[in-house]
Amino acid sequence: MESLLLYSAFNGLIVGIFYALMALGLSLILGLNGVINFAHGTFMALGGYIAFTIEPYVGFWACLVIAPLLAVILGLAVERVLIRPLYGRDPLFSLLLTFGLAMIMEDLIRTIWGAVGEPFALPSYLNTPLSASLFFLTGYRVVLILITVFVTGALFAVLRYSRIGIRIRAGNADLETISAMGVNIFFLRAANFGIGIFLAGLAGILAAGQLGLSPSIGSSLIMPSFVAIIVGGVGSLIGSVLGGLIIGVASGITAAFFPVAQEVVIYVIMAVVLVARPRGLLGQEGLFE
Amino acid sequence: MSTSIETKLATHHGAASGGRVIAAAVIWVALLFVPFWLPMLGGYTDLATRALIYAIAASGLNLLLGYTGGLSFGHAAYFGLGAYGTGLCLLYVAPSLPLAIVAGTLLGGIVGILVGPMVMKRKGIYFAMITIAFGQMFYFVAVRWNGLTGGEDGLTGFSRVPVHIGGEAIKLGPERFYYLVLVLFAVVMAVIWQILRSPLGHSFVAVRENTTRLRFLGVAVDKQIWVAFAISTFIVALAGSLNALLTGFASPDNLDWPLSGSFVVICVLGGMRSFWGPFLGAVIFIVAQDYLSSVTQNWMSFIGLIFILAVLFFPQGLLGFLKGRARS
Repeated sequence: MESLLLYSAFNGLIVGIFYALMALGLSLILGLNGVINFAHGTFMALGGYIAFTIEPYVGFWACLVIAPLLAVILGLAVERVLIRPLYGRDPLFSLLLTFGLAMIMEDLIRTIWGAVGEPFALPSYLNTPLSASLFFLTGYRVVLILITVFVTGALFAVLRYSRIGIRIRAGNADLETISAMGVNIFFLRAANFGIGIFLAGLAGILAAGQLGLSPSIGSSLIMPSFVAIIVGGVGSLIGSVLGGLIIGVASGITAAFFPVAQEVVIYVIMAVVLVARPRGLLGQEGLFE
Repeated sequence: MSTSIETKLATHHGAASGGRVIAAAVIWVALLFVPFWLPMLGGYTDLATRALIYAIAASGLNLLLGYTGGLSFGHAAYFGLGAYGTGLCLLYVAPSLPLAIVAGTLLGGIVGILVGPMVMKRKGIYFAMITIAFGQMFYFVAVRWNGLTGGEDGLTGFSRVPVHIGGEAIKLGPERFYYLVLVLFAVVMAVIWQILRSPLGHSFVAVRENTTRLRFLGVAVDKQIWVAFAISTFIVALAGSLNALLTGFASPDNLDWPLSGSFVVICVLGGMRSFWGPFLGAVIFIVAQDYLSSVTQNWMSFIGLIFILAVLFFPQGLLGFLKGRARS
């Protein structure tokens, strides 16, 4: 009983990590770009599929850098051509645009890589459990957690200490003022979008190794990521991470004891949070309204 | 000088409203004779029925989206609830068509009333995100509650049962069903028209235009949004119910996010600020979808492309574009 609880909670934590990485990127883009990037999930899927294609040539570890960067290149092109004309307009339009983009990208992924899912081959030394009593703890899961901790830590360090990070935070507070102070906000928003897509691409590869690949993996992971942001609180990056982990663990435990409700429980948590604390766990009042 | 401008405006306005009456008359006459002229153009009656059903849904959504300014991207949930409610009623409660339509509409609408308070407090982009997330909840309920809903395969095994009027059983073929949908479409449009002319409708527009000012005037803005949300979910659920009767099954796709986005893009395509906009958008969208899915496997990409083109080049929609032309 206890080991089942531990096992399912850990499973949930792993999935929660994917939610958290996605939510982190979505939150960044939502903050500075003012865009709900509905295509975030398909960028994530794209990262996974690119890794699937290039892995035989460059190996698993190089994939972790190259595949997200390739996704970022496409992301920057999308930002420049499609999203930039919509800054300052009703958020309805950018959301609708990324909706359309998500449809196109999912359809193209299905056309290029096939509608049937693909397994993602991991190096065999990562796939063996570390010990018999902790059979669910494979080397891959440890690596996955370490990478996520490292990347999240690096992101917060960049936002805290680097020039561009400080500008991003300042832009979140008051875009007009930093623009008047001479900051190129178009470059800043593009960079911010790129960082968000990088996180999505990375999540895509990590998720591919854990869950396998299918064309709809993006749209199945993006909804919980929205919930993660709402639960954690809009405007708080730490909140997004926390929200992702909470709903991941809740979903994992529910999957073990009451499997039919494993997705619905996420939305029940969201409903409870919205009733009890409408701004989310760590959210700021009155943001984006 | 100023008087001449005023008279100009007045005559212009008069001409426009006269033109509007004629346009509306043309639309209604055309709709009345669809089963006669559509087959001649190579269409089929069910296609027109589907366009009307989507027009009902989009017009209902537009009450919230275009007039109240609430960016709901989750209305497929209520469409799907209407469809499942109707199917379940026919399968398990009673084989009665009117009862099934009422049941579906009530199911979607009541759920909308319950969800409303959780979304109404947030505005703008935040509202959009919460409605998307809530929309997806019902998708998972439908997919996972296998025993009741048929899971991924959807709910099947029900059909349009004959309607009993005065002891006579009337079978609803494609044509008769079209006229049933047309009557309900007319009722919905009349209701929306009346709402928009009423103080309630004016308060919806006021919410869209200036929430802060409305608050200062002592209006409970959240409650207005809740009311608009609830009314729109009832109408969308009615459309979903009719859709289930048209296709003979309720599918999880009826609840899924691409459909929510499609309703919004229908409103944008036709013109969100126009009474007839959602109807026009629905006609364009359904015809395009029918054509694309017959010529290409990748029709989903083309639908996505319609989204992008509409946003980039046609944000005012067809009617907004025409009005802008007429003004200049």
